[in-house]
Amino acid sequence: MSSSKTDVRRYPGFLSVTLLCLLVLYAPLVIVGIYSFNASNSITSWDGFSLRWYAEVFTGSESEKFKIAAWNSLFIAIIAASCATILAVLAAMAIIRGGQFRTRQISQGLVSLPLMVPEIVTAVATLIFFNAIGFSRGHMTIIIAHIAFCVPFAYMPIAARMQGVEDSYEMAAMDLYASRFQAFCRILLPLMIPGIISGFLLAFIISMDDFLITNFVKGAGVETLPTAIFGAVKQGIKPNIMAISTMLLGLSIIIVSLSYIVSKFDNTK
Amino acid sequence: MAGGSTSGGSVKADTYAGVRHWLLAPSWLVLLTVVVGPLCIMLIYSFLTKEFRGGVVWEFNLAAYDKFFFDRGLFGDEAPRIEWTYISIYWRSILQAAIATLVSLLIGFPTAYFIATRPTTSRALWVFLITIPYWVNLLIRTVSMKFLLRDQGPLNAFLLSTGIIDQPLTIVNTDVAVQLGLFYSYLPFMVLPIYAAVEQYDHRLSEAAADLYASRWIALRRVILPAVKPGVIAGCILVFVPSLGSFLAPDLLGGARNFMIGSLIEDQFKGQAGDWPFGAAASMILLSMVLIVLIVAARRQARAKAAGGEV
Amino acid sequence: MNTESPIAIDVRDAVKRYGEFTALKKISLSIKDNEFFTLLGPSGCGKTTLLRMIAGFEDVTEGQIYLYGDEIEGLPPNKRPVNTVFQNYALFPHMSVLDNVGFGLEMRGASKSDARRRGGEVLELVQLSQFAKRKPSQLSGGQQQRVALARALAPQPKVLLLDEPLSALDLKLRKAMQIELKHLQRETGITFIFVTHDQEEALTMSDRIAVMSAGELQQLGKARDIYERPHNKFVADFIGETNLLEVSVDKIDNGHAICHLGGGHSLTCNAVDGIDVGTRVHISVRPEKLFTSDAPSGVESLKGIVKENIYLGTDLSTIINLDEGPDFTVRTSNSERGNKRIFEPGAQVFVNMEMGAARLLVD
Repeated sequence: MSSSKTDVRRYPGFLSVTLLCLLVLYAPLVIVGIYSFNASNSITSWDGFSLRWYAEVFTGSESEKFKIAAWNSLFIAIIAASCATILAVLAAMAIIRGGQFRTRQISQGLVSLPLMVPEIVTAVATLIFFNAIGFSRGHMTIIIAHIAFCVPFAYMPIAARMQGVEDSYEMAAMDLYASRFQAFCRILLPLMIPGIISGFLLAFIISMDDFLITNFVKGAGVETLPTAIFGAVKQGIKPNIMAISTMLLGLSIIIVSLSYIVSKFDNTK
Repeated sequence: MAGGSTSGGSVKADTYAGVRHWLLAPSWLVLLTVVVGPLCIMLIYSFLTKEFRGGVVWEFNLAAYDKFFFDRGLFGDEAPRIEWTYISIYWRSILQAAIATLVSLLIGFPTAYFIATRPTTSRALWVFLITIPYWVNLLIRTVSMKFLLRDQGPLNAFLLSTGIIDQPLTIVNTDVAVQLGLFYSYLPFMVLPIYAAVEQYDHRLSEAAADLYASRWIALRRVILPAVKPGVIAGCILVFVPSLGSFLAPDLLGGARNFMIGSLIEDQFKGQAGDWPFGAAASMILLSMVLIVLIVAARRQARAKAAGGEV
Repeated sequence: MNTESPIAIDVRDAVKRYGEFTALKKISLSIKDNEFFTLLGPSGCGKTTLLRMIAGFEDVTEGQIYLYGDEIEGLPPNKRPVNTVFQNYALFPHMSVLDNVGFGLEMRGASKSDARRRGGEVLELVQLSQFAKRKPSQLSGGQQQRVALARALAPQPKVLLLDEPLSALDLKLRKAMQIELKHLQRETGITFIFVTHDQEEALTMSDRIAVMSAGELQQLGKARDIYERPHNKFVADFIGETNLLEVSVDKIDNGHAICHLGGGHSLTCNAVDGIDVGTRVHISVRPEKLFTSDAPSGVESLKGIVKENIYLGTDLSTIINLDEGPDFTVRTSNSERGNKRIFEPGAQVFVNMEMGAARLLVD
C-alpha cells in the first residue's frame, strides 16, 4: 500500500468534494423523505412521527385522482418500455451485428436522436404532429411519444451488452450446424438477457418519470403521476405530495437497484 | 465516413448483415414518424399564422420570427426596433446553463476522479450512489430542492439555529435557485463521462510526470486533463444542452421573474400566450443552438482524433 | 507423391478482395485426406482469411473451393461438414462443458440425451470427463482449449480447421498440446488444417506446410523441404534462422554458380533456373551447416575475424566478420563442444561449409 504522499493518483480534497457532491444529491431527497412522516398539518414544523399522510394518499380526498394517475403511469410505462426494448434489440442487432453499411452511422444517430434534441422541443414537435394529423390526444398519444423517447435509453445497455458478447460465439454455433435463427435463440439471446432487462427497466423508469412530453401530448383529463403531482405542487407543496414522492423515490431506487444487480449478473459462471 | 469503428465497436461482426434492413425498419419507422417527421412539421408550423385559441391558420409568413427579433409597436405599424424580451430570455438561459455547467464541472471532476481511482471493488458502488438520484423522478427532485431551499425550509432553519445567519436567506425564486436546480438535475451527466475517461487513463503517466519533477497539480493540468479532455467535453455538453431547454427547474425554483426558454415555449402551448407558430419558432431557435453546440463539439473531436490518431 | 489418397480440400484460383484491398491473390492448393496441413505465415498474410473461406465465414471473390469434390461456395457455415477450433475458443459461456460439446450434434438433429452421451464420449477422448458439468469460465486455458477441440470433433467433421488454437497457451502447455493434437489427428483420421504464425510449431506438427505471405502462396511442401530447400528469400528468412546474403553471380559452370560476396570472397553453390551471370541474388546458409576452424577445411572456406560469441543454452552462436565482407553467424551445438575449439572475439578463423549448404534463392 502506498501512502498518500507517494501515491500520485491521490489528490487532497477530492474526497471532500465527492462527499459534498453526495450531500447535495441526497439531502433534498432525505429531507422530503423525513418530512413525509411528519404528523403536523404544516410542512414547516416537525410535530412527531406519523403515517397519516401515507394514509391520506390512499384514502384522502385526492386519493382517487392519484390512483388513476398511478395506474395510467404504470400501464403506459409497461407498454412503452416493452415496445422500446423490442425496437432497441432489433436495432442493436443490425447496428452491432450487421457489418458495415451505408446507413449504419445514420441509424445509430437516429436511435439516439431523442437524447440530443432538448426534451421541450420533442414535446412541442410531438404535440404539433398529433395536431397536424388530427390524432386526438389521450393515452395513445402518450404511449406513442414515450416509445420513441424511450428507445435510446433501452438501446444503450442493450447495445453495450451486445458489444460485450463476441460474435465468435454465434460463428461457432453456425460452424456447429446451427442456423442463424438457432444461433440467435440459443446463443445471443441468453447472453443478452441482462442487457435486455436493464434496457427495459431504464426505459420503464424514463417513461414513469417523464413530465414534459406527457404534459404536452396528454389529452384533457388524462393524468399520469408526474403531471398530477405537478398540478398539485403548483398549488403549493403539501405533505401528501411528499408521501407520494417518497413512495416513488423508493420505487425508483428498487428498480435501479434491480437493474444494477441484473447488469452485474453473469450467467456464464 | 471514416472507419466508423469509433462508437460501434467491432464492425467486423456481420451475423445479421442479410436481414439488417428488416431489423432496422421498426426503429426507423417509429423514430422517423414520431421524432424526425414532427420536427419537420414544427419547422413548417413556425412559418404559419397563429390562431387565437391555439393552433394555426395555414398562411405562410415570417411573423413568428419577426415577433421574436423585432418590436413593431402595439399595432405593428411602427418602425422595427430590436425586441430584447426574447433575446434576453435566451441570453439568460445560456448564462444560467453555463453557470450550472461550470459548477457541475468544478464539483463533478474531483468526484469523478476520486471514484475512478477507487479500488475496482468499491468503484461500482460509488458510481451507483452517484447515479441513483438521476433515476429519481426529476419533478420530485426539483420539488424536494424547492422544499429544502424555502424561506422557512429546513436549510434556513438549520442555518438560523447554528447562528450562521440571523435572517432567512431568500433562495427560491432567484437565479441561484435555478442554477442549483439545474446543477442538481444534471450532475450525474457530468460525472459519468469524466469517470469513464479517468478510468481509461493510465496512471503510470502521472508517475512519469512526478518522476520528471511535476507537482501533483501541474500533473493534473498538464498530463491528466489533456488525456481526459474528451470526457470533460462530453460531460459539459450533457449538462449544458438539457439545462438550456429545461423547464422544471426554472419553472418551480425560478418563479415568474426568472423565465427561461423552456417556460417561454411551454407558455405558448399550455399557458396563456397560446401562440403556436411563435412557440414553434422559439423551439427551432433553441434546436438550432443545440445543434450548433453538438456539431462544433463533434468537429473538434474529429479534428483532435485526426491530429492525434486513435487513442 | 501419394496419388491414391483423395483430395479433401481443393482450392482453385481463390481470390479474396475487401474493396480495394486484396487479401488473397489467386491461391491454388490441394489438401489431402487424413493430412495434417498447416497454413503458415506472418499476421496479415491471408492464412486466416483462407481458413474462414473454407469454414464459410467469408465468401470467395473469385475461384472455387471443393470439399471432397463438391463445390462448397455459397453454402452457409452451418451446411458445411467442417468444424473450427477458434483462436479464442468461443466456448458458449452460458452452457456447461458437456452442452458445449454436444451442441453440434444437437444441431444436426440428435436428441438432447444422445448429444450428451456422445458428447461425453468425446470429452473422454480429451480426458475432461470430470469437468462435464462445469461452465467454461471455471476451466484453465489448456482445458478450455481441449473442450474447444472436443466440441469441434464431436460432430465428426470431414475437415477440422484450427485457427491458431495454441497461441494463448504458455510455452510448456503449447508443446504438450502440439503432440496431443498430432496424436488426436492420427487417432481420428480427420483432415486437420492448422493455421499458425509460429514456424517451429508448424515444423513440429505438420505433414505438409503452405507458407504464405502478402496473400500469396510462397512454398508448399513437407517440413524438411521447406526448411532445407526454401524456394525464395521470404521462406528462407521466415523459417528458422539463416545467413541471408546478397551476392552477384560471377560465373555459371556445369550446374554450379560462383557467387561474389564482396571483399574478394566467393562461394560456389548449385545453380538454379532463372539465374544469369551478373544478376544480384540472395543466398541462404543455415548457421548450423557452418563450422569454424583455424585452418581451411571442407569444400568452401572463408576467412574472417570473430566478432562475438552468444551463448544460447543448447547452442553457441558465433558471429564472424569476413575480411571486408559480410557477417556470418555460425551455430555450434553445445553437446559437441568438447571436441570443438571456441574462438574468442578477435581471433582469426575460417568459416567452412560442405557443398550444397549455401542455397541460391529466386526473389
